[in-house]
Formats: sequence, C-alpha cells, structure tokens
Amino acid sequence: MNKLFSAGITGTGSFLPEKVLTNHDLEKIVDTSDEWITTRTGIKSRRIADDQIASSDLATKAAEAAMEDAGIHPEEVDLIIVATATPDMAFPSTACIVQKNIGAVNAAAFDIEAACTGFLYALTMGEQFIKTGFYKNILIIGAETLSKVLNWKDRNTCILFGDGAGAVILQRTEEEGMLASYLGSDGRNSDSLTLPAGGSRMPISYKTIDEGLHCIRMEGSEVFKFAVRTMGSSALKALEKCNIALEEIDFLVPHQANSRIIEAAAKRLKLPMDKVYINLDKYGNMSAASVPVALDEAVKSNAIKKGDKVVLVAFGGGLTWGSSIIKWIK
Amino acid sequence: MVFETVVKIIGEQLGVEDLSTVKKETSLINDLEADSLDAVEIIMAIEDEFSVEIPDDEAENFKNIGDIVAYVEKNK
Repeated sequence: MNKLFSAGITGTGSFLPEKVLTNHDLEKIVDTSDEWITTRTGIKSRRIADDQIASSDLATKAAEAAMEDAGIHPEEVDLIIVATATPDMAFPSTACIVQKNIGAVNAAAFDIEAACTGFLYALTMGEQFIKTGFYKNILIIGAETLSKVLNWKDRNTCILFGDGAGAVILQRTEEEGMLASYLGSDGRNSDSLTLPAGGSRMPISYKTIDEGLHCIRMEGSEVFKFAVRTMGSSALKALEKCNIALEEIDFLVPHQANSRIIEAAAKRLKLPMDKVYINLDKYGNMSAASVPVALDEAVKSNAIKKGDKVVLVAFGGGLTWGSSIIKWIK
Repeated sequence: MVFETVVKIIGEQLGVEDLSTVKKETSLINDLEADSLDAVEIIMAIEDEFSVEIPDDEAENFKNIGDIVAYVEKNK
C-alpha cells in the first residue's frame, strides 16, 4: 500500500451494562460450578444487558466516551465502523443507529462481521482509509450483546460470554501510531463456531427455535487449539511486517476468551504474564468488544503509557484472526 | 523413545516432577488429574513435537498414555 499519511488512536472509551452475573448465579441456572468455570476459563463474572437494551445502546455510550477522550465533535467524524456479531437487526446497520444517536451527520456508517476478531478487522480497515488520505477522523466500535444469543441450557457456552462495548477514535496524526496489521481467515473450519439460524440458510421457523439454533454453538477443543496457535502466529506475522522484535513489545492486549488460551499463547510467545492485559475475570468473552474494552481499561489505568508499543490480537468464528501493532502516541 | 518424550511433555504441561510412576497404563484424566483443557494442551504439544496431527475424534478415544504413544508411532 502507498502510505500517504500516518494514523493513530487518539481516544478510547467503553461501556459495560450494570447487571453482573457471577459464576454463583450461573450455578442456579445450569449444572456448573464456580470452581469448574474459574479453573477452565478464568472467568468469575460477566455483565448482562437489560431486555430492552441493544448493542447500539452500548455502542453509543462507548462512542461518546471515546469522542470526549479524543476531543472531537460528532460532526467531525467521517466514518463509523461497528464490529458486531449481535447487531440490533439485520438492517439498518448498527453503525447507522449509532450515527443517529450521536449526531454524526457527516459520517458514512457500516457494520462488519468477523465474530470475535471484528474489532481488529474494523481497525485495520480504518487504518487504510486514513493512510490513503480518504478520511481523517474515524470512529471504530466493537459492541456485543451476546447474552441475547446464548443457549442458557448449554453449560459449555453460556458461561463464557458477556455484554459490552468499546470504541476508539482513529485519526490522521503527525506521528505514526499504526505500525502494522495482519488479518487472516480460514472458512474451511467455519463449522466449529456458529450461530446457524436466522439468516438465509436457515430462516426463523418454529423448528429452529425449538432446536435452539438461534444460539451460539462451539466445538470447544477445536477452537481452543486454533486459538492458542493463531494468537501466537498472527502476533508474530504483524511484528515481522514492521520489523519489531517481540522483546521490544511493552504490552499485549489479547482477545479475552479464556485465560488458559491467553496463558498458553503467551507461553508460546515467551511473554511474561505481567505484560499481558486480562479483564476476562470481570467480563467474560465479549467477542468484538473484548479488545477495545481491554485497551480502554489498560490506557485509563496507565498500564499503557505514551511511547509504548502494544500488540492487539484476536481470533474468532469464521474462523478469523488478526493482529495490530500500535504505538501509543497520546 | 516416543514414550519417554510423551511422558516428558506431560510432565512439563502438568507441572509434575516425579514421573517414575507414569506407565503406559496411566490415564491423564483419572490418574494424573488433568482436566479437558490440559489434555488438549498436551495433545497440541505432542503434535508440535512429532509433527503429527491428532484429530479430536481420535484424541477422544485415547484411554491412557499407551494409546497416545501407539497413535504417534503409527502416524509420525
């Protein structure tokens, strides 16, 4: 790509619903235990949106926080990209609903879907729009209400996920903040992580509802293997692109799916766990919202400081994976 | 050789230092108290070590360490 301009993240924001669902609460819903969930996933609790709250509502709050942090007005936003696997509806896009909510009247808006990798895909797309000079100010959001698509009778999946939203403002900057990005997909393994019904392959019917096909399904151990391998390899691919050694990395912000996956991946990367940001104990797996929420918390808690080189990495259904090497320039 | 390497990998993954009691008949889950994710990590480490692929439905049939060793010897 011919790079004409530099891009950087100049603001972050996140929003989590208030309602907390702990492992002990789950013990009353399905046959599971706090001990089982904690040892296998690292998750202790997750946030759950109220019935009348949709992904766009969480996205709007996160977007407002990110705009305030970056000091830009809604009218200055050129583009809104929302990464979500749980849009408000098939159309209009969640991004258009957010546009209305925040009053970003001059923006183009669309959604992208790459499951848990969605935010990395959206960030990489935004990066291209800035670097070619097409846009100057982009709002990128990862927002999910996964609690709406969980089978609360399936103890292998319903314990894992939570609701939330995170947002960043990506702007044309003097200093380069987006050092390299890498994306990958493998549709051959699309069956291992799915939400099969409600699309054109399997439209809504009494049968699909009875069989619980509107809910997330996952082949746990297949996904675990894939996740451990690709987290490490995709981080290395992006590092290779910008010629940065792993030892120069100050911080890793991984997709928050499972602490065992993160630990195994960190071990493969020979990265000590004190350089890895973890918040899945509080929120579980928030799919596309995981990375931007974790990034916002890491920045606001001063775990990430100006000048730090940070790896963002995620994997998810599709199968998809991606990583970005960023320099914190704010 | 395969047996010794497999036992070494299991010891590393589970953090077990005394491996003298581990035999071909030893079960990862029943005897060594590995959970399902430990088992997946051990299978992954074995796949990497011997450059073999162990599909999930094969791994599910392994009853003990001897079964893993036999699979690796047959497929490596």
